[in-house]
Amino acid sequence: MSDDPNKIVLRDVHKRFGKKVVLDGLTLEVPRGKSLVVIGGSGTGKSVMLKCVLGLIRPDSGEILIDGQDSMKFNADQREQALRKFGMLFQGSALFDSLKVWENVAFGLIQGRNMPRKEAKDIALDKMGQVGLGPEVGELSPSELSGGMQKRVALARAIAAEPEIIFFDEPTTGLDPIMADVINDLIKSCVQKLGATTLSITHDMSSARKIADYVAMIYKGKIIWHGTAAQVDNSGNAYVDQFIHGRAEGPIKMEVLKP
Amino acid sequence: MNPLAIIGRVFLDFLVAIGRVTVFTFHGLRHIFAPPFYLRLLIKQMMSIGYFSLPVVGLTALFTGMVLALQIFIGAGRFNAESAVASIVVLGITRELGPVLGGLMVAGRVASAMAAEIGTMRVTEQIDALTTLSTNPFKYLVAPRLLAATLTLPALVLVADIIGVMGGYLIATHKLGFNAGSYMKNTIDFLETIDVVSGLVKAAVFGFVIALMGCYHGFHSKGGAQGVGKATTDAVVSASILILVTNYFVTELFFSGK
Repeated sequence: MSDDPNKIVLRDVHKRFGKKVVLDGLTLEVPRGKSLVVIGGSGTGKSVMLKCVLGLIRPDSGEILIDGQDSMKFNADQREQALRKFGMLFQGSALFDSLKVWENVAFGLIQGRNMPRKEAKDIALDKMGQVGLGPEVGELSPSELSGGMQKRVALARAIAAEPEIIFFDEPTTGLDPIMADVINDLIKSCVQKLGATTLSITHDMSSARKIADYVAMIYKGKIIWHGTAAQVDNSGNAYVDQFIHGRAEGPIKMEVLKP
Repeated sequence: MNPLAIIGRVFLDFLVAIGRVTVFTFHGLRHIFAPPFYLRLLIKQMMSIGYFSLPVVGLTALFTGMVLALQIFIGAGRFNAESAVASIVVLGITRELGPVLGGLMVAGRVASAMAAEIGTMRVTEQIDALTTLSTNPFKYLVAPRLLAATLTLPALVLVADIIGVMGGYLIATHKLGFNAGSYMKNTIDFLETIDVVSGLVKAAVFGFVIALMGCYHGFHSKGGAQGVGKATTDAVVSASILILVTNYFVTELFFSGK
């Protein structure tokens, strides 16, 4: 295990798509075994940041360290090995609709780790139990589930291989407040049980307050503030204040076409 | 905008597309031959491409054979060459119409389905999810489809050849007054191994092209439902055009100088 207190480090990461600058020298440290939540509005570069860490998008420049190793220098095998440390809950759940629910949860075990289907199914049903889903749900197809249940399945899939790092991409988007709180509780309990390092992105402040040890705010592709979850309400940063109180007036100007 | 600049832009875009398809093809081929192999997925794709395409390809072949017999009988009648019906039907079906029409029908059914399925997976982040679950999307999605289509199309076309020839036989013997025994004898006497083999090689090439276009356009789709729709259309159109283009080159390869 690396002595670095940070599990993931992003240093001066730049990414642009055509003329649009998405990440503009982003620097961020995710402490080992802690939960960091990145807050920020839509289109500020949150999802691109996560995808850069996972290697789904290649940054134009900068450094991304995972356990002290520069992921931008990984070859295909090293990347595959590094990805085994990760679990991810996608914004839209991203469940495979051609597979049953239990096969979705067990997918990483069967395909990624060559585990026998019977053994993987037992683990999948156990993980589904941890997120409050009975074994009967395992035989259904994802399209037969409600949005909240799909999120639970996606959470079960993210934790099935007991990863060291879990990413949550807008885990409560599209859910009613009660179901959102249920998902937040499940995230908290599952992560505590695994002792995983987590990086979440959200614009749901109640979710951020519930699951975060640390909070960082991204704006125009840069981290403009970071601190502990307790400090977020007294950040002294006008951008953070405007965002967490959801005010239209403030330094963040939304790009809205006036009639 | 300057017309020359427009021509230049279109030409550059075309070169970029060729480059992308070439890289995609090499990736796909590499993953066909490198483990792990997804046998379960291969069988599922072979069923989907081959077995479930059988009705549409069979019907196409049957009516093509029937129409071919009728047309040749009418055309050949102008030269008192009606006896050539059997030989022209069997050569036409096995060399050209079986593989080409079969390939085009499968392109409409399979390339569109592949592009729609993979395209939907792309826009709903399911392909990203595969990567995060330590599964290479090329190996899991593209390689089984390429291999299944390449292996299955020849079998499908062989069945289509038989049905097409039988279609011609039915019309010739029941409507045009041919003797059944002599029609079959003419069919067999004029048929050479290369006629069937060239058709089956064409079918394998068409199968690869169909799966390649379905996967390529699905993989690169973006922009939600509209993007998936465009990927589906592009897959069918490009697969159909490539079938016609590669058909010429494979024919040239087999029969030039003969």
